[in-house]
Amino acid sequence: MKVKFFPFFLSLIFLLIFIVFFKGLNKSNIYAPDNIIEKKVPSFSGKLFNQEKEVNSSEIFAEKKFYLVNIWASWCIPCREEHSFLMELNRIENLEIIGINYKDKTDNAKSFLNELKNPYDLIILDKNGTISIEWGAYGVPETFLISDKNIIKKIIGPLNTDSFSEIKDLVR
Amino acid sequence: MPSIIGFYSLNFGLIISFLIIFFSIKNFKNSDNLDKKIVIFTFLQFLFVIISFIGLILSFVNSDFSNETVFNHSHTTKPLFYKISGTWGNHEGSLLLWLLVLTLFIFIFLIKSNTQPKKYRVLTLLFQQVIIIGFFIFLLKTSNPFNYVLPKPEEGLGLNPILQDPALAIHPPILYLGYVGSSIIFSSALAATSTNYLSKEWAKHIKIWVLISWILLSLGILLGSIWAYYELGWGGFWFWDPVENVSLMPWLALITLLHCVIVMEKRLILTSWAVILSIATFSLSMCGTFLVRSGILNSVHTFANDPERGLFILVFLFSLIFLSLFIFFFFHKTDNKNLNSFNLFSKETSIIVNNWFMMYFLSVVLIGTIYPIFLDVISSEKISVGPPFYHKLIIPFLIPFLIAMTLGLKLKWIKSEIKDKKNLIIFFLISVLISILIVRNFDTNFLIYTVLISSAFFLFFVTVRDFFVKKFSSFSQNISHFGFSLLILSILFNNFLTNETIINLKLGQTHVAEKFIIKFEDVNQSSQKNYESVVGKFSVKNNDGKTDILYPELRIYNQPNIVTSEAYIKTNFFLDKFMTMNYVQNEEYFNIRYQTKPLMLWIWISVILISLGGLTSLFKKKYES
Repeated sequence: MKVKFFPFFLSLIFLLIFIVFFKGLNKSNIYAPDNIIEKKVPSFSGKLFNQEKEVNSSEIFAEKKFYLVNIWASWCIPCREEHSFLMELNRIENLEIIGINYKDKTDNAKSFLNELKNPYDLIILDKNGTISIEWGAYGVPETFLISDKNIIKKIIGPLNTDSFSEIKDLVR
Repeated sequence: MPSIIGFYSLNFGLIISFLIIFFSIKNFKNSDNLDKKIVIFTFLQFLFVIISFIGLILSFVNSDFSNETVFNHSHTTKPLFYKISGTWGNHEGSLLLWLLVLTLFIFIFLIKSNTQPKKYRVLTLLFQQVIIIGFFIFLLKTSNPFNYVLPKPEEGLGLNPILQDPALAIHPPILYLGYVGSSIIFSSALAATSTNYLSKEWAKHIKIWVLISWILLSLGILLGSIWAYYELGWGGFWFWDPVENVSLMPWLALITLLHCVIVMEKRLILTSWAVILSIATFSLSMCGTFLVRSGILNSVHTFANDPERGLFILVFLFSLIFLSLFIFFFFHKTDNKNLNSFNLFSKETSIIVNNWFMMYFLSVVLIGTIYPIFLDVISSEKISVGPPFYHKLIIPFLIPFLIAMTLGLKLKWIKSEIKDKKNLIIFFLISVLISILIVRNFDTNFLIYTVLISSAFFLFFVTVRDFFVKKFSSFSQNISHFGFSLLILSILFNNFLTNETIINLKLGQTHVAEKFIIKFEDVNQSSQKNYESVVGKFSVKNNDGKTDILYPELRIYNQPNIVTSEAYIKTNFFLDKFMTMNYVQNEEYFNIRYQTKPLMLWIWISVILISLGGLTSLFKKKYES
């Protein structure tokens, strides 16, 4: 019998797709929990939003409290999704929220904040995206929880109820 | 009570499936005619499923919160219309609807296919029953719509307000009709392959189902994008969201299949193509279901993140794919004698060329949709694929696609030369001229858009002329292709000429822009049945002296507590004025987004024209060359 190569090959491809989908199912899709733990915050400097002032990372994280660094942009739709969580987190006393405005137009960012309110205590401009690269960010939105200059939690993608309550527990 | 009846009749439906399979196998071997019993059983199965479906609708109408589905997705204050549409506005109910359509379609198939060979009909039924059983088990095992909640809750959780919308109430059923129609095509192609019935008669017979599924899918997608346009408040109509993509992929496969089947009906070539595309269409529909229902993708459409459901659909989908691969490779006999008789200048060649392009578009959408999943699984890298990817890969290829489409209309079957060359050249020159004049005024990439708009105009003029020259002889073909040129033109001009202003305004304030003055006149609050409504009144005075009054609205739903913003859209023939309103920080200001979008109406009209072509060809006896 002639060995049919093509059907065999095609079945193999479909098998591969099956395996990938199967693995994809078990993988939670917006969450990369223990990716980096106990890493130092990167050092960087950047311009502040709304002010003509340059700041340095060592000044920003100087105090002895928790910091939440959130990379966002007005063009990013998932950022709208997570916004209410940030507003909620903003109410926590010993947590300072620092926004990194990623590759954005200042006007758009302003109207974004006007529309949805401003949850950030401090916003750093990252016009060309280099600061976010320093943080090892994959994209927007991304959120880092910092304690004592260590990154203790990294959340890729928008915050959701689970990550929200986890942050609340960690900060307490 | 309706819940209990619904649940039992669903179980009866499943039992009947096995009866049908038993009698079909018996009938397949023994007799020459289709057993009447089989038709009756198929009808009974449909009857049981519809009873079950009505049971669920009644539970929703009566707000019977002891039913888990009703509890999760309904509320007593909801208007009756949305109570009913809530039946399929959730995972469980939508699957029940899917099953309903499956059983309805196979019943229609059986009574409408009298003239076809018995073996082919029985085998189609058998394959279809395999799919139906799969859905029955999926429904009963993982997503039973009739689960109990004890003790019975006082009040339901409510349907997501963003889904409480007339367009969205009918969007899922129509889309499902299209998806499920493709299952008939799938079963029938497999049956025709295994009984060696891939003939001109088969092509003619299945063409009707291809047309029906394709029309319904087009309308379903259209409704979805109209909804996105006025409800999501961004002013866009297509976002390349994964879930939009999964409905676009079967659509592309179907339209390719339609052209294949037309060629096959004429010349009995491209049979393998037709079978592969039939399999692909349904697999893509199922793949879409998998992507949406498993929670592997995140999107507004994701109903539930339940890996068990995902696993079931995944295994089911791949069993069907492997089954069809097996049948295709072991039963399909390619007939080589016809294959090489293509002429460069013939209708079939132009159709094949366009099918290649269609396959290319399909691959782009497929890769853009599932590649992020692959990358994530294989290397844990996350990327997101957005509109720029699709635009860059699709737009340049539209040019040869449009030109081949235009020339294809002018070619005859088997062998010919291009007819009225002189006119074509004149039309082409006119198109180029018009495009150059138009594109000069835009701030875009001159070369590519001039060529693109020229080719779209070329198709446009050639089809318009054919309406007068050919009158009704190839009306349906002409109207669809005319619709397509109109669609491309409307989308392009809409893109270039859309104007957006975003401002914050207080009551009584005015905003002066270059071309208009917006005044915030008034704001009214009122209480509706299940939401509080805040309606703003804005007057927009244009430079030409005309004033429009616009009323964008905010709705604060009480159950669940969500604020939605309802765009106010003033549509006229050439221009849409689109305004949305949102709360701002200190509550005194409102954020206003005002857009003028030309030719929006024509985007919808052109999709309707494209589908209309399909519809008119359904009523025609014979396809003209």
